[in-house]
Amino acid sequence: MSNILEVKNLTMYYETIDGNVDAVKNISFNVKAGESFGIVGESGCGKTSVAMSLLQLQAENGKISNGSILFDGIELVGKSENDLRKIRWDGISIVFQGAMNAWNPVVKVGEQIREAMREHSPESTKLQNTEKINELFSMVGLDSSVADRFPHELSGGMKQRAIIALALSCDPKLVIADEPTTALDVVIQDQILSEIKKVQDLLGLSLIYISHDIAVIAEMTDKIAVMYAGSIVEMGPTSEVFKSPQHSYTQALLDSTPSIKGEKKKLRSLEGEPPSLIDKIDGCTFAPRCPDRETKCNPSQHMQLIEVSPEHFVDICSIGKESK
Amino acid sequence: MNNNLIEVRDLVKHFEVSGGLFSRTKKVIKAVDGIDFDIKTGETLGLVGQSGCGKTTTARALCLLDPKTSGTVNFFNPDRQKMESIDNIDEDGKRTFRRNMQMIFQDPYESLNPRWTIKDIIKEPLDIHNIGALNDREEAVIEILRTVGLTPPENYLARYPHEISGGQRQRVSIARTLIMKPKFVICDEPTSMLDVSIRISIMDLMLNLAKDLDVSYLYITHDLAVARYMCNRIAVMFNGKIVEIAETEELLKNPIHPYTKRLISSIPIPDPSYIREKYQINYDELEEIILKNPDKKMIDVGNEHFVASHDTKDYLFES
Repeated sequence: MSNILEVKNLTMYYETIDGNVDAVKNISFNVKAGESFGIVGESGCGKTSVAMSLLQLQAENGKISNGSILFDGIELVGKSENDLRKIRWDGISIVFQGAMNAWNPVVKVGEQIREAMREHSPESTKLQNTEKINELFSMVGLDSSVADRFPHELSGGMKQRAIIALALSCDPKLVIADEPTTALDVVIQDQILSEIKKVQDLLGLSLIYISHDIAVIAEMTDKIAVMYAGSIVEMGPTSEVFKSPQHSYTQALLDSTPSIKGEKKKLRSLEGEPPSLIDKIDGCTFAPRCPDRETKCNPSQHMQLIEVSPEHFVDICSIGKESK
Repeated sequence: MNNNLIEVRDLVKHFEVSGGLFSRTKKVIKAVDGIDFDIKTGETLGLVGQSGCGKTTTARALCLLDPKTSGTVNFFNPDRQKMESIDNIDEDGKRTFRRNMQMIFQDPYESLNPRWTIKDIIKEPLDIHNIGALNDREEAVIEILRTVGLTPPENYLARYPHEISGGQRQRVSIARTLIMKPKFVICDEPTSMLDVSIRISIMDLMLNLAKDLDVSYLYITHDLAVARYMCNRIAVMFNGKIVEIAETEELLKNPIHPYTKRLISSIPIPDPSYIREKYQINYDELEEIILKNPDKKMIDVGNEHFVASHDTKDYLFES
């Protein structure tokens, strides 16, 4: 399968009065066509910054200092705002975190979706757009009458479904979903996850799924990248990473996730807190919290991903632990 | 021996809402509609259910934050060593009750006064209830900070909530709650705002404190995986009613009520090789059945496992 997205050495920082915050450090990953790629990590680890820089929608003080983003063979870094507009939504669309609360309260939901369609395909008629919206709504499990309602008339789950319909409105090839179910309760979350999966299969979409919830990532993705303090520390096929996690941080995340299946196990928490990204850290950023720092790893080692088995990459600091 | 700490019988909380701008009729929202449960000393009871099922309303009615519509709540008064109804007790009894029942809220960013130092926040309940000599109170604050793992405590006394992280804030909330040495703490989703790696340490802290200080919890959450980790027993709420209540592992292994089954089947499993079986129910149908059978009898199916009977409709025991 061909890669729809190739990210190489992406580095991004935010300029602040206290200094530069290195939010994304030298990140590389590929997403294949039709694949679902998960990014998991704690808040502040840079998940959303990655998503935003893919579309270059980061805040004004966010600067991409290095790297390349190849989408469908087109380089996105350095493209003009005008050219980027053609890629956004037509090529890559995004379900923002908390987007269901971003509907314009005084415009009907259908009209807001139509607005995006008009912008990106001015040649299609109003009737065609309406048909398309009905089709999308039935795909995400909404009644077509929802298009004529205002956002406050919808429940949280319905608003989120409509957001997904909006993200699909211009037939993108890649959809980025940034914590699409975080504010929803479990039953609604379950329904939304099924809709996303269904739509993805139906349209053959590629998906980048961002979440802090290990259990959701386990269900939704084929491949995952575990992020910590702006870097990817482990990346590989989801089943393999869950079966044999190599990095101590991945292990710690898995150990801190409760489950309702299997034996009730004692969960382990991680001491300390993620480092501030303003401080320039030499060597492994995870070392201060790493449960294995005494025994196995080499904290002065600079972060670098090494392939341990096909497609399974892990930070070099954890490789050392086998040999020691 | 009956060692119940809290006994709730037929607790009802209805809200009246106006039917619209020009409507004279008032609609009644039955947020909590006749629920019964007991909490034993040292036990953690989980209250789970979807948003809007009445979990938080139950909690607020229990601790007198909102007046309940009807029903009785009995509380074991440790000063007098007997059960007392919280409705007709004297001022003294009420004070004892309030001292012994505390609450931890969901959002540590909103439940701490931003203009107060950590010391003032934690000391406030002591001042209100006038516990201990004035000079001893700071000692008590330092002691409790150490208990909740904020060490060295001297570093935290003069800080403000915005200077510490979310996990630390929730520890401050817990410290403020526990400084009263309560017997019963209501926790309303205390970890749902926290990051995964920090969540467990807060949950462990609460479990250890329950053991050391002999505290009972009513733990409200919508996440059964969290409830499994924290609770001895779980009560499942649906539309203001408890539909099933049982010991935690029993409930997860052997759910009987269709809503419980639905809830369990919607929890994602952190194992990519596990394929979840979806259990679908028709909410409208279920609601109708429950509405038609207002009888709130719970059927005992053994093992301390109780299920709402509704009409003992065949669907209940289909499997």
